[in-house]
Amino acid sequence: MLIITCPWCGARPEVEFRYGGEAHIARPADPSALTDQEWADFLYNRTNPKGLHAERWRHIHGCGRYFNALRDTVSDFFVTTYKAGEPRPDIDASSGGNP
Amino acid sequence: MTNRFRTASGGRIDRAAPLSFRFDGQTYSGFAGDTLASALIANGVHLIGRSFKYHRPRGFLSAGSDEPNALVNVARDAARAAPNLRATQVELHEGLKAQSQNRWPSLSFDAGAVNDLASPFLPSGFYYKTFMWPAGAWKRFYEPKIRAMAGLGVAPELPDPDRYTQNHAHCDVLVVGAGPAGLAAALAAAESGAKVILCDEQAELGGSLLSEISATIEGQKATDWLAATLANLAGRDNVTLLPRTTAFGYFPHNLIALAERVTDHLATPGTALPRERLWQVRAREVVIAAGALERPLVFPDNDRPGVLLADSARTYANRYGAKVGERAVIFTACDAGYRAALDLKAAGVTISAIADLRAEVSGELPARALAAGIDVRPSTVLVGAKGRLRVSSAQLAKVKNGAVGPTETIACDSVLMSGGFTPSVHLFSQSRGKLVWDGAAGAYLPGTSVERERSAGACRGVHGLQRVLEDGYAQGEAAAKASRDHASPARGATPAPATPSRAFAANAEDLGSAGFIGATPHGRNPALAKAFVDWQNDVTSKDILLATREGMRSIEHVKRYTTTGMATDQGKTSNMNTLGIVSEALDTPVPKIGLTTFRPPFTPTTFGIFAGAARGDVFDPLRKTAIHDWAAEHGAAFEDVGNWKRAHYFPRAGEGGRMEDMHAAVARECKAVRASVGMFDASTLGKIEIVGPDAAEFMNRMYTNAWAKLEPGRLRYGVMLREDGFVMDDGVVGRMAADRFHVTTTTGGAPRVLAHMEDYLQTEWPDLDVWLTSTTEQWSVIAVQGPKAREVIAPLIEGIDLSKEAFPHMCVREGTILGVPTRLFSVSFTGELGFEINVPSTYGRAVWEAVYAAGERFGITPYGTETMHVLRAEKGYIIVGQETDGTATPDDANLGWAVGKAKKDFVGKRSLARDAMSAPDRRQLVGLKTTDPKVVLEEGAQIVADPSAPVPVPMLGFVTSSYHSAVLGRSIALAMVKGGRARIGQKLMVPMPTHAIEVEVVEPVFYDPKGERLNG
Amino acid sequence: MQKFSGFELFRRALGGHKSWQPQWRNPEPKAEYDVIIVGAGGHGLAAAYYLAKEHGITNVAVIERGWLGGGNTGRNTTIVRSNYLFDESAALYEHAVKLWEGLSQDINYNVMYSARGVLMLAHNHHDEISFKRHVHANRLNGVDNEWLTAEQVKEFCPPLNITSMRYPIIGGALQRRGGTARHDAVAWGFARAADSRGVDIIQNCEVTGIRRNASGAVEGVETSRGFIRAKKVGVSAAGHTSVVMAMAGLRMPLESYPLQALVSEPVKPAFPTVVMSNTIHAYISQSDKGEMVIGAGTDAYTSYSQRGALHITAHTLDAICELVPQFRRLRMLRNWGGIVDVTPDRSPIIAKTPVPGLYVNCGWGTGGFKATPGSGHVFAHTIARDAPHAINAPFTLERFRDGFLIDEAAAAAVAH
Repeated sequence: MLIITCPWCGARPEVEFRYGGEAHIARPADPSALTDQEWADFLYNRTNPKGLHAERWRHIHGCGRYFNALRDTVSDFFVTTYKAGEPRPDIDASSGGNP
Repeated sequence: MTNRFRTASGGRIDRAAPLSFRFDGQTYSGFAGDTLASALIANGVHLIGRSFKYHRPRGFLSAGSDEPNALVNVARDAARAAPNLRATQVELHEGLKAQSQNRWPSLSFDAGAVNDLASPFLPSGFYYKTFMWPAGAWKRFYEPKIRAMAGLGVAPELPDPDRYTQNHAHCDVLVVGAGPAGLAAALAAAESGAKVILCDEQAELGGSLLSEISATIEGQKATDWLAATLANLAGRDNVTLLPRTTAFGYFPHNLIALAERVTDHLATPGTALPRERLWQVRAREVVIAAGALERPLVFPDNDRPGVLLADSARTYANRYGAKVGERAVIFTACDAGYRAALDLKAAGVTISAIADLRAEVSGELPARALAAGIDVRPSTVLVGAKGRLRVSSAQLAKVKNGAVGPTETIACDSVLMSGGFTPSVHLFSQSRGKLVWDGAAGAYLPGTSVERERSAGACRGVHGLQRVLEDGYAQGEAAAKASRDHASPARGATPAPATPSRAFAANAEDLGSAGFIGATPHGRNPALAKAFVDWQNDVTSKDILLATREGMRSIEHVKRYTTTGMATDQGKTSNMNTLGIVSEALDTPVPKIGLTTFRPPFTPTTFGIFAGAARGDVFDPLRKTAIHDWAAEHGAAFEDVGNWKRAHYFPRAGEGGRMEDMHAAVARECKAVRASVGMFDASTLGKIEIVGPDAAEFMNRMYTNAWAKLEPGRLRYGVMLREDGFVMDDGVVGRMAADRFHVTTTTGGAPRVLAHMEDYLQTEWPDLDVWLTSTTEQWSVIAVQGPKAREVIAPLIEGIDLSKEAFPHMCVREGTILGVPTRLFSVSFTGELGFEINVPSTYGRAVWEAVYAAGERFGITPYGTETMHVLRAEKGYIIVGQETDGTATPDDANLGWAVGKAKKDFVGKRSLARDAMSAPDRRQLVGLKTTDPKVVLEEGAQIVADPSAPVPVPMLGFVTSSYHSAVLGRSIALAMVKGGRARIGQKLMVPMPTHAIEVEVVEPVFYDPKGERLNG
Repeated sequence: MQKFSGFELFRRALGGHKSWQPQWRNPEPKAEYDVIIVGAGGHGLAAAYYLAKEHGITNVAVIERGWLGGGNTGRNTTIVRSNYLFDESAALYEHAVKLWEGLSQDINYNVMYSARGVLMLAHNHHDEISFKRHVHANRLNGVDNEWLTAEQVKEFCPPLNITSMRYPIIGGALQRRGGTARHDAVAWGFARAADSRGVDIIQNCEVTGIRRNASGAVEGVETSRGFIRAKKVGVSAAGHTSVVMAMAGLRMPLESYPLQALVSEPVKPAFPTVVMSNTIHAYISQSDKGEMVIGAGTDAYTSYSQRGALHITAHTLDAICELVPQFRRLRMLRNWGGIVDVTPDRSPIIAKTPVPGLYVNCGWGTGGFKATPGSGHVFAHTIARDAPHAINAPFTLERFRDGFLIDEAAAAAVAH
């Protein structure tokens, strides 16, 4: 069970959270303007990296907020978490760490 | 039976507390403090089990949790039988009953031993090469035979009545292993004020110190120092001591799982304590002080009962006062053989010879052995041993430049071997730390850390009691210090060699790191000699050579092909020797061969502790409505719907006092609703309150429908899609005010729908000023349905004009019922005039009872989910999850009317524009009528045009709902059929295994198609 | 290829088993192949075997980062069944089951296919309708599957608890031809059979890039052992598909999740069949060795760590102890994790890609093992002919663009 640091509530156990998939995939402002392929890219295609992953979590059994995290998908260690709407921090997997 | 092999004195057993126990039906005696193994050895019993494949007689190999042979079934009673327990870990108690395993008819005469004679034909992997003909014989003939031969113990046949509990704990420093390193680490951390947990798998804390008779620490006997140190630790509030507790798993972010065995060692455990306890410890820092495991030597016949690890024999003598025999031959590759020889000699065992693999024998221990007159033979190997049920002699031979000389046979009743010690890096490796091959130590040692942990003592290759104590103390201090430094991450760090702030004066033999890996030379016919590498799985050195010959070059392939290291000791005794043999066979250095991954658990761990209390009613949360108890009191049958218990139907006593079955009850309930009035507990519907200036805009985006023009006080049926365009949920929505909606969802869908809404609100449209609140538990919902519904509730309602004109279908009004505030919906899921009374749940039952009383003069009939289903099906109302299945669009489900065509966007709209979503052969909702009105179709049955078409028969759709309608006097069904709406009027077939049923495709509304009854 | 048989085993035993040859060679990579398969798991090795056997293409290399069969092939719970709902899935998995039934003889390697039955438990009305829908559809598709009442469930699998539990068992769907096979033997058997037809299996060779020519077509793969040329590259790298496809510049509709499994200590035969419960999330069977083999769904978040969380394992064992309460005293021997590629509709992709010469077989989620021979067979066809076999034609990448999903999971989804 991971320890996840909610930017609002602090470090809490994983069972308080719900995973929300890849972050920074904004819903297109005008979906009807997209081709089928562009729409499918939004709906289905994912980076799924082996390494640093920007992803969404929701502190569902806490403050209820969505936030974003950078996690190394090989070690499952979080590099950082940040509030929804903030840009992805420009850091790599070797920096930072976990409690 | 007497304890003929008990030492005259000494050991940690309580000679004043004799215990009686049974093994294989025979009664023996032992003492408190014995294990089953030590007690049997004291009684002269070494034959304890049979091996997995060849059913060879086996004795004890070790004295600890690495034991591969001595597996027994221990049973307090029929329901409390546990197979495969290691006799070396089973603590003796009065009346203990143990049975040997994997033998028939008896341990000393086992018919399965015929496999041993056939062993030339059963090399590793033999089953991959044969049993293939004739096809099908594998399943029918060979596999059942192999299965019956395989397996070890017998699984319990009765439900386990014992309890298991789970603890969560936090600490600054968790110390795993209470040997000298762990004790020193715990002491150092505790002295610095850190909150410490110290656990050890053994019954007594102390580790290797428990087997010491001559060592001293700080001028005291080691065991006295141990007692004083434990007393010191036990007296501190910041220290928790956990004996009988195995750290079995290292999970991410320093979560360590411990299994504590609480009552198995008690003669009468009582009911107050759980059998075992799972500890989930979140530690700031971990000190792994897991020690090292003695390695066997791989020589022919090394599996005879009476052949065991030298240091284990020493433990039996020193700690348990049990002699492994009267005459021992020792085969060693390190000084441990000498230490055992000296201690056993002191205990009265004759040491016939020490065969030392090494050419050069020097140092303190060999010198003392020579001085004691022991026959020490350098450059000597054991090339065999005789004795079927107990070793009777050993064959020794000189070895020179790899050539083995003539053999000499020495009579003995025990053979002690030592190939050196393997550091226990299991937990470190589980933590994802990187292991590094240390050529000098001949071992894998902890390298770079990933988690916040450090190893101490023998498990990181430190040897010598004084150095081990000082290393433990230093690591404990460093861990305590690091635990106070919350900011410092340990990732990627190799713990710096720490210097202890205090020294320990200790006096004990240092065994060094000498040893041997692989198979020792024997010069015998390799086809006939059996030198075991993995005792339990009967893997010999020649099996491993065969695997390499057959192209298995990776250690994982060798392991899986031969099954070495896959026994219940998970390679603790075998892995390093396997590596050595493969290394030699492939002429490749050990670190190039690879290492199999260390997986949890460290030792086998009882299923029960994972499940804990989660059994029966508390397996999963159970949700009940406020009206549940009333329904139960009125005889309702219940069904599980998600976590909810819902009233399914309300059977009554019928003719002759017999209770109605479901069909009779449902027929009666349906007729009552259509003819007069019924009431239904709809409280399980999900409810969400959506509030804020942008509430209507939010609804517009989340639902297919248009909401802007819905006036306050009106209801609308809403359809919600996933972004991929498929129906996700539906429900009636009330607009309470311009900025407030009362949304209902399906019973199972509420959490999913709320999460879906929150996702969009928080991450896509944070600019919208809207709040979402789950109100499912806040409202009880009482549906009153039927022509008399208005008359039933009218006397109870205040502040709402119930007249048809003022309160037509699909409206919501706020007022009171019996003085309780209510949101009253005029809504119907039956096609009849209907109301849904929402009241705060605390009043749910009171209002329900009042409505029931008020309805009595109309014969009001409570009904359950089954009647609800029939009534709505008669009207063609869908249930999301029954008519739709996650692959249906709104149009498929006849809900095209609910899609706001003028809306520019809503969740799922873009996906509906894809080709597949408007394909002509999509399945569409229709009704079905069987030609024979008495036949009720099976839900899930498929629909075809021609049931006699060849397989695969083209399928047009399937039956989603099917009932007998008492009101219509015939069966009805809803179905999803390809191009269904264009097929109305067609005859299709529903094929069953034995026959096909003719149906007509009809409009999916069977009752009151014009909807006139809705308005009463 | 040395023949495997009881007679050969007997004959060579007399020579102390000295005359057995390697089951496959350990070749150096050649400069060029007609086809390169990336990933020596069961699927990739099967594809290589069928390329050689059915399409006469023997200049084939299977390139493996680690050791063959070391990914999900060697980590799964070995369940085989074909009672899928949709015509497309049923055809694919039934194709595989038919191959399983003769596989040991075909590749001369005992893969221990054991049709001991796969029993899926129904705990509520929704399960019942869903299972019956499967049963009827399967029958019409020629796939065996039958509905059992609760009493018949108990009779077929006596160790099961069916009543005294939170969600009592109300029935089940049984596919008698379903069962288990020995996972390692499948990888080894296909490796040996492919090798004997000339296929090079190159282990410890990591693909680091996919080289494309000016027109965008595949030219070969960069590896840790140098560039290897091939005009056709088939990616069969379950778990790591996104990583490999990214080398060709493709984003995939995939996410990789940890999937855990565990075994108990071995015991004498105590569980006769394979039992699955999707409602309380667990499945169990007993291996030939006597271990109870147990699994459940994936962990919650994407990961390549090959391990999962303790609370997921604990929940799986909750469910097992609920289904078989006498097993509470059994002990977990080993717990491990694999990495599974999951597609949005939980069905695989076996298809050509937008890159000429690049083919992909992925997205099997938690259920790829059962399809091994069938998947390899149709993937070989797709590569050899540059066009899909009729059976895998629906399992394209484009279905996500056009919406023609094959959504078995959604079809069984619970909602009321």
